[in-house]
Amino acid sequence: MSLLDHKFGQGGIVVSQLEDVLNWARLSSMFPMSFGLACCAIEMMQTFTSGYDLDRFGIIPRPSPRQSDVMIVAGTVTFKMADRIRRLYEQMPEPRYVISMGSCSNCGGPYWEHGYHVVKGVDRIVPVDIYVPGCPPRPEALIGGFLKLQEKIRKETLVEPKAVERFLANHKSEQPVV
Amino acid sequence: MSHTFQDIKEAIKTRFGEYVIAGENTALAQPQLIVKTSLLKDVCLFLRDDKRFFFDQLSCVSAVDNGPVKNTLEVIYHLYSIPFHLFFVLKVEVDRGDGKEQLPEIPSVVDVWRTADWHEREAYDMYGVMFSGHPDLRRILLPADWEGYPLRKDYTEQEYYHGIKVAY
Amino acid sequence: MVETTSQLSEFGMILLFIITGIVFVLIGVAVAALIRPNRPNIEKMLVYECGEDAVGKAWVNMNARYYLTALIFVLFEVEVIYLFPIATVYGDAKLDVATNGSWTIFSLVEILIFIGLLFIGLIYVWSKGYLDWNKPEVKSEAFVSKVPRNLYEAVNKKYSETHS
Repeated sequence: MSLLDHKFGQGGIVVSQLEDVLNWARLSSMFPMSFGLACCAIEMMQTFTSGYDLDRFGIIPRPSPRQSDVMIVAGTVTFKMADRIRRLYEQMPEPRYVISMGSCSNCGGPYWEHGYHVVKGVDRIVPVDIYVPGCPPRPEALIGGFLKLQEKIRKETLVEPKAVERFLANHKSEQPVV
Repeated sequence: MSHTFQDIKEAIKTRFGEYVIAGENTALAQPQLIVKTSLLKDVCLFLRDDKRFFFDQLSCVSAVDNGPVKNTLEVIYHLYSIPFHLFFVLKVEVDRGDGKEQLPEIPSVVDVWRTADWHEREAYDMYGVMFSGHPDLRRILLPADWEGYPLRKDYTEQEYYHGIKVAY
Repeated sequence: MVETTSQLSEFGMILLFIITGIVFVLIGVAVAALIRPNRPNIEKMLVYECGEDAVGKAWVNMNARYYLTALIFVLFEVEVIYLFPIATVYGDAKLDVATNGSWTIFSLVEILIFIGLLFIGLIYVWSKGYLDWNKPEVKSEAFVSKVPRNLYEAVNKKYSETHS
């Protein structure tokens, strides 16, 4: 958003890179598929509604993974739910991001020691971009998580996603020799 | 006209005979009556339909695992009579079994109170108690292909479930 | 603008607008197709069923009653359509005067015969049950409680008195 602020006073012509415009468009309209599983869902609902309004960031909840950009995993992830989370993540179109909200989806939370039915962190199932700590995190913390995700998206390139670049750089030795 | 625990116990004794009662535990705040496993369903039907008691609500079915040393497993039925505001606790004691092939068997009271359907499914899921005569005995809380019965005293978690590591 | 020197007629202007509109849309779609990531895999293309496996197809048998209702509607709708010109002709004052008042009686009787025949059709359709909708059967529970009603009434009364 900073590049557009600078340009507006100078004669009404905006010059920018396609990547910046695309990233700006993507971060300003993130549609979450809210995955309200447990108590964190209540805090997430509170963040969506007028108390801490997420709509002012362009964040509107969508019911279906086909129409969403980001998946907020809010709440305890059980093994029964794990299969479904994996499939719903697969059914989201790229570019997609995951925010892990709350202790339970970060690392298993209070169930880390004796919870036989809890997946100790949703990152055992889906790749997570942002972890929001808290039990449950305050709405301000979730908004902070979204702002951090916006920063992450701002630095993306169009040509090849950063994660793929890093992966290929790290696993150079494993690439097939043609 | 409130009936006490002893009144109900006498009524059961009169109806079924002395041998149906396997024991009692009156030291607790809610005294429990331990009945023979094979006659559980008949006792429940009697309690539900008897005109003095009308125990029409099964509040809860719980199970207690006494561990591999004592080798017993108890299933406890909490009954409540809505018309007469009476509380009663029935208990059944069975052998524990090993939690894998040998599972304890108890007659199901689904035909007496429909609510026992899900309560007994939970007892099966958590303790591995088989309820004979249950229309649909399968896991209710855990995924259908989970191994083991978690609330048993000798339960150990499996290593991996669908490729996801279980332990922390 | 209507200028005689311009080669373009009014319709030509509209055609230009239409072409420009289509070109704008196509540009947007083409740029989007170039920029967007396209990585289909089998699991992504599965039918969405809230994470579960989909059972059966999405095509289900349509209720035949919809067709019957629409058919009967069309028949009587055509009848209503015919009533409009009848009404215009029926109220024609010139013809009335020309035939000394017998035109109105004649056309009224004709309308009534027409409606009457279709009314007989409606009675037939109604009585044969083609206008009924299939309602699902409500199965009552087989369990009958042995507790007499008045005991429950007494409990209700007790609690409504204490809490009122």
